[in-house]
Amino acid sequence: MVLCAFSIFGIVVLIVWQLVVHSQLAWNKFGLSFFYQVFTDSYTQQKLYWDPVNEHFSALPFIFGTLVSSFLALLMAVPLAVGLAIFLTEMCPTVLRGPLAFLTELLAAIPSVIYGLWAVFVLVPLLREHVNPLLIRWLGWTGLVGNDNPTGLGFLAAGVILAIMILPIISSLTREVMTAVPHSQREAVLALGATRWEMIRMAVLRNARIGIVGAIILGLGRALGETMAVTMVIGNSPEIHRSLLANGSSMASVIANEYAEASADMHLSALTEIGLALFIVTIIVNAIAQLLVWAVTRGTPRSAR
Amino acid sequence: MNVETYRTRSIMRALTDRAVTALAILATALVVAPLVAIFIYLVYRGASSLNLAFFTQVPKPVGEPGGGMANAILGSGILLALASSIGVPIGIGGGIYLAEFGRGTKLANAVRFTADVLNGVPSIVMGVAIYALIVNPQKHYSAFSGGVALGIMMIPTVCRTTEEMLLMVPHAVREAALGLGVPNWRSVLSITVKTASPGIITGCMLAFARVAGETAPLIFTALGNQFWSTSLNDPIAALPLQIYVYAISPYDDWHRLAWAGALVLIILIVLAVSLVRFVTSRGVLKGAS
Repeated sequence: MVLCAFSIFGIVVLIVWQLVVHSQLAWNKFGLSFFYQVFTDSYTQQKLYWDPVNEHFSALPFIFGTLVSSFLALLMAVPLAVGLAIFLTEMCPTVLRGPLAFLTELLAAIPSVIYGLWAVFVLVPLLREHVNPLLIRWLGWTGLVGNDNPTGLGFLAAGVILAIMILPIISSLTREVMTAVPHSQREAVLALGATRWEMIRMAVLRNARIGIVGAIILGLGRALGETMAVTMVIGNSPEIHRSLLANGSSMASVIANEYAEASADMHLSALTEIGLALFIVTIIVNAIAQLLVWAVTRGTPRSAR
Repeated sequence: MNVETYRTRSIMRALTDRAVTALAILATALVVAPLVAIFIYLVYRGASSLNLAFFTQVPKPVGEPGGGMANAILGSGILLALASSIGVPIGIGGGIYLAEFGRGTKLANAVRFTADVLNGVPSIVMGVAIYALIVNPQKHYSAFSGGVALGIMMIPTVCRTTEEMLLMVPHAVREAALGLGVPNWRSVLSITVKTASPGIITGCMLAFARVAGETAPLIFTALGNQFWSTSLNDPIAALPLQIYVYAISPYDDWHRLAWAGALVLIILIVLAVSLVRFVTSRGVLKGAS
């Protein structure tokens, strides 16, 4: 039993060791500049980030893509998830609570490739035909939505599908920390004559806020590492654009796209280094989130997941 | 405070309360909508393309209509069997240690924390690590490497659900066994674990269903295959992998197959999730969810 328990440490060590060993080539050549360098194309004099043929490797566009799509996702998912959690814990009639909780649980269990499939055939056409033209008309002046990508793929599509995917994680954890707030707190505020919203704000949200932040960070961790659905809709070009409707690429999607086809050692090594960076970042993000959630729910029974 | 301001303020408070309630209901509707949309569309597209050939034939070359994903279903089965034989015993062992032998110790807390963190590691990273560990030295893609990748991904999930299920076993049951003079290890194995076994089994099924849909770690370990293959040493087809390849292909016929595959996958997962809910809501394990 102890051996089995230790195997979990073993897995972490194994992953780190393999990733470090196999990214040595890229690390030795580029060092830290791998994460921020910019190349220039010798013919067109344009900026160039990722050119496996000439061994130009920079992780910058992928870091950019991962951050942009994840933050878009958080922007959309967090208010909805917290709203859902408030509804489920404080307002929902008991009849509805079970089925709704079950539905969100199910949402969390759908494989990402199916989200991707749905996004490719339903979400992307929807964005292309209806949403993007409106966004361009209304927000075109900000420069954040450009008119140069007619496919519907891109950061926005990735952000929307990511939001749908991280919603259940954030909302179920938020629900967990909100349920952990003792009833006496709620009763005390209600006894002072507070309305239900004032009770939620003063008793529930204030006590659970650290845990809610933890839930959001955990959702961020999922969004950062999400691979398949993002790969299918982000457009997969290693570029940096100001427009949210432009094609991009994320750290996970470039690995998914190129790893099986990469033949040059340097190319493989560079991709592995991106994987290592992704691993370290998600480990840190998850650890922080876990500590925050634990700080709140410690002492109350966890629900089975 | 005069009566007038008091009245306006209390009206404002009531209005805010109503507004927030409305917003929460709106948020719930907005969350449920995409799920329902995904499900309805999936069943609609999947059911219309699901037929017997899907389960009995291998993919046809591009341009020929028909064909199925029989080899991918078999491949997924082989991969999952291999993954379960790695992930389930180790995961359950770890879970038993956390809940019974190491409860409250620093080591157990560290293991629990690591398992939770490991649960959030992107599956693609696991694929890269297994590629470096197995595929690269062997110089070829193989079903074996894919199975190992999935198996390792199962361990933390199985471990944590096992622990949670064991912790739900009432203390009185353990105390009764210990009071009869049964040694601790015996009481753990034949009393606690046995009582929690329905929960543990369904927890394993949940982990099983979760890795059944994993695509990212298989892209460069199992690779995929258009033909029948049962050898652990060769590339092998897998259902989610095939769905991915077909979804991004430009052929309508392949899109149909992708939807049918997605429907099969989702039915498997819905069954597993419902089963977990059913088991944890009755018997001694009641109160789990």
